[in-house]
Amino acid sequence: MTVAIQEQDGLALGSSRLSPQLLSWIAFGVFALACILLKDEMAWLVTYPKEWFLKLPIDGQWVLLEKALEGVMDWITVTFKPFFRFVSEVLSWPLRGGDVHLFGASFQVPGLETILHWLPWPATMAIVVILAYRAKDWVLAAFSLGGLTYMLVVGYWDESMSTLALVGISVPVSLAIGLGMGLAGFQFRWARRIVEPMLDVMQTVPTFAYLVPILILFGVGPVVGIVASAIYASPPMVRNVMLGLRRVSDDVIESGQMSGCNRFQLLFQVRIPAALPTIMVGVNQTIMAALSMVIIAAIIGGFADIGWEVLSTMRKAQTGQSLLAGLVIVVMAMMMDRISRGFAERTGDIHIATGGNFLQRHPYLWAAIAATGIGIVLSHLLPFFKDYPDTLVLYPAEPLNDAVSWFTREAFFITDAIKTWTLYFFMLPMKAGLERIARPDSWGFSMDQTAAAIYWAIVLGLAAGLVRLFNWRAGVVVGLLGVLYFFGSTGTPWPAFVAAVTLIAYQVGGWRTALFAFLGMAFMLSTGAWPRAMLSFYLTATSVLFCFAIGGALGIWAAQSDRVSAVMRPINDTLQTMPLFVFLIPVIMVFLVGDFSALLAIIMYAIVPAIRYTEYGLRNVDPVAVEAARMMGCTERQVLWRVKLPLAIPEIMLGLNQVIMFALAMLVIAALVGTKGLGQWVYDSLTNARFGQGFIAGGSMALIAMIADRIIQAWAAQKKRDLGIVD
Amino acid sequence: MASGLDRATKLTCKNVWKVYGPQADSFFTDGNGQVDDPDRIVAQVRESGHIGAACDVSFDVHEGEIFIIMGLSGSGKSTIVRCLSRLVEPTAGEVILDGENLLKVSKEKLIDIRRHKMGMVFQNFGLLPHLSVLENVAFPLQVQGIDRAERVRRAMEMIELVGLNGRETSYPRQLSGGQQQRVGIARSLAVEPELWFLDEPFSALDPLIRRQMQDEFLRLQKMLHKTIVFITHDFLEALRLADRIAIMKDGRVVQIGTPAEVVMKPADAYVEEFTQDVPRVKVITAGDIMSSAGRPLEGAKAVSTQTTLEQLMPRFGEGLDAIAVTNESGTVVGHVTPQAVLSALASAHEEGSAL
Repeated sequence: MTVAIQEQDGLALGSSRLSPQLLSWIAFGVFALACILLKDEMAWLVTYPKEWFLKLPIDGQWVLLEKALEGVMDWITVTFKPFFRFVSEVLSWPLRGGDVHLFGASFQVPGLETILHWLPWPATMAIVVILAYRAKDWVLAAFSLGGLTYMLVVGYWDESMSTLALVGISVPVSLAIGLGMGLAGFQFRWARRIVEPMLDVMQTVPTFAYLVPILILFGVGPVVGIVASAIYASPPMVRNVMLGLRRVSDDVIESGQMSGCNRFQLLFQVRIPAALPTIMVGVNQTIMAALSMVIIAAIIGGFADIGWEVLSTMRKAQTGQSLLAGLVIVVMAMMMDRISRGFAERTGDIHIATGGNFLQRHPYLWAAIAATGIGIVLSHLLPFFKDYPDTLVLYPAEPLNDAVSWFTREAFFITDAIKTWTLYFFMLPMKAGLERIARPDSWGFSMDQTAAAIYWAIVLGLAAGLVRLFNWRAGVVVGLLGVLYFFGSTGTPWPAFVAAVTLIAYQVGGWRTALFAFLGMAFMLSTGAWPRAMLSFYLTATSVLFCFAIGGALGIWAAQSDRVSAVMRPINDTLQTMPLFVFLIPVIMVFLVGDFSALLAIIMYAIVPAIRYTEYGLRNVDPVAVEAARMMGCTERQVLWRVKLPLAIPEIMLGLNQVIMFALAMLVIAALVGTKGLGQWVYDSLTNARFGQGFIAGGSMALIAMIADRIIQAWAAQKKRDLGIVD
Repeated sequence: MASGLDRATKLTCKNVWKVYGPQADSFFTDGNGQVDDPDRIVAQVRESGHIGAACDVSFDVHEGEIFIIMGLSGSGKSTIVRCLSRLVEPTAGEVILDGENLLKVSKEKLIDIRRHKMGMVFQNFGLLPHLSVLENVAFPLQVQGIDRAERVRRAMEMIELVGLNGRETSYPRQLSGGQQQRVGIARSLAVEPELWFLDEPFSALDPLIRRQMQDEFLRLQKMLHKTIVFITHDFLEALRLADRIAIMKDGRVVQIGTPAEVVMKPADAYVEEFTQDVPRVKVITAGDIMSSAGRPLEGAKAVSTQTTLEQLMPRFGEGLDAIAVTNESGTVVGHVTPQAVLSALASAHEEGSAL
């Protein structure tokens, strides 16, 4: 295989003048050079002119898309107001309860929130601990007990219960939607055609963007959080239901058919039970997504939950307070994840016990009921068990504040050096371009013609070197990066940028991918989202590069050493289950607001797939190939670089894809720490309830995600085909 | 071995075709699959980019017979067994079970037939991972709506039959491959089917276990007398178990015959290649080479028609120049001579060396 690859490269080099792919890049180079040379004379090459914005004819007037969308939204709001208010009413019911009038009598029915607040804390604790024990073991039960005790002692019990109530209502809604859509998508081809693109959109549109129309339609309040998280949390369920059902082996299906199952029996007695482990993975992911969204939805306010607590303390720069509240979220996320995963992992063992009476068959249920009863009785006897007394609350916010300030003061010389260095050498050039930011006080020289000439000589030299060493593609990549670094993402002429992305899309994915990418970028240009999109692009690209450099190295390390892998796995698991908000807390504490803090927060969240996929890819390389390489006398280093890495590339590409998705998701949240770009625009549209702006900004981010996704998926698929790896 | 021929026909597969591709139906004017020139149709199918998984397949399966379909991967053997139960819908042809064309019956009727008349064993067992051994075996009864006590009773019977007593509460993943396939067999027999399909039931097992399971299978069949369609890619397995064998290649049946017929008179070079390494003394039986003409011998030292040459040859060491052959009921039906044995082996050898 190695021989074949070398030959391919050799051919590409030898006949490089004839390759149409290379020819198109040369043509692009000429085009880009023309754009760059002309950009000072023709300003429209850098700034897309307002006159060319997309306008729609409405009522005989030409209206900008943004305004038109707002008109549509106004119309919907007015026309369907009673409907949405009704839904809002219905959904707030299970949360807060209400009066029921039946047969002339009126009953007060409690909602989940009411119940959770009413239930004495020892009862709630007992139920959760029993659940944790049932899900896994004593360790998890003890961890849950510790976590709940923390919430109680710090004095965040009520806030935590409010959050739990929101999750408790949105999860069943999400699961029902997910199961329904998943089943429909599996059973009917027409449904699949609708469901699959919907999933794409639902998961790529940034979280805040969901909130804008929901907020407008449903009004302020906890229902917005429920609706938003029900929408946001159902895709993982849909995906896993479809995947699980599809993966049931033919033998199992056929054995069901031969047993004489009809359509329904086949679905409910064969397919679904056989797919249950995968479906339960979906349940776990849905719960985590719902929690994440419930926390994010706190930004709208109107509900005293733990997300609001974190957000408001963060806004007031109360570091200690936000740390304490943030830790509640961390603990809650870990508990929900471990418990639901525990149930998912033991679906194989759970079966309906037979024999014995009802009590013997459901010992856990009875234990929970008994514990609740005892808790209620206790709370009537001793007020301590009813409401945890304020006098016993430990709230070490002040000492924490002092500790944090001490740390930031003492470590300032290091943290500041890292920050400055990263800003000047990576972030600012990628944003504004070396051309504009190189000054004697930062870079030690100013960008005059000599310096520029030296810069371009280095870039060209590097590119030429890579062409000799590898192939022309490496050279093209360096050339593109060189241009980006010099002019910055905001200073690069848009026609060149659009052409480069479209060309890449065409070469890896064919004309469909190219058309999609081109139309996506055209949308951003013609709606005025382009400058902000480029800011988002710069922040995303920079963090993706960092994630990949650091995460790739960690992934390689973890693949080589079982011990490292064992240490890293729980850390990754925890990072991945955290609601996005949480990442902002430690970052702001040390580095204050700004692009650098955003970068760090994004890296912390988005690095996980880079590590995971690299490790997974390396560990799953065909062992025969590795053995063969060892037998040929390869050193471990050669095995890694010459055999494992090349064969793991498709998997690593999928990791890159995930990193980009994660980075874009975090980008919106990072807008809270003062970044500019699409994220901030989405956030802004939320606070001002501007639907048109939110739609365009959210849509643009989704488009960026989808373009990147299509290109990378196509690339990975192509690579897999070349390597003869079949899924 | 003529054992199958004198029995009634249970299942008929008549001109069955399964063509995959966008215009699969266009090759057949009517549904019964009878065409003037099958070879021409096969060529057309191939040239138009369609795939002919099964082409013009016809055979009869007799009551109580073990009918084996042998072929390598891609020969269409799995497709054809699925056409018989309509797990795969044939493109054209007829499948007649007890005089009724299965391809014409309604979905409901088909489910009813599967529930009461058919059982099937799968290569990778096809056990339901969420059910225990007992629940797996009782599953076909459960979908019929049989009450719990009854289905536990019948399932337990089957579990005992395949020798898995004591493992009822285990889950499939806790069992070895051989045990899992025993569960598969018990499940397929739970509804007491008349027709028993086995799709490469032992291919996923180790050679030693496979041998055990083959013996087990023969033991069961001796008790149960099912009508069996058995799929395998293992020629020796086919010879060992079959009453009759159908050999398939590229979706078509190349030869149908008893093991001895296939070994002694291979229809073409393809079949002959399989017979190369077959130890003939183990396959050819007294019934295959006996002559029924001439003097009748007394049956005292007689052998049965089923006796293989391997078992027969030492008998001639006792100085006999002919031995009587009796059928299942003990009546003398012919005799064998050492010359007949020698010529059967010699002709086989000649064929072998001619290649």
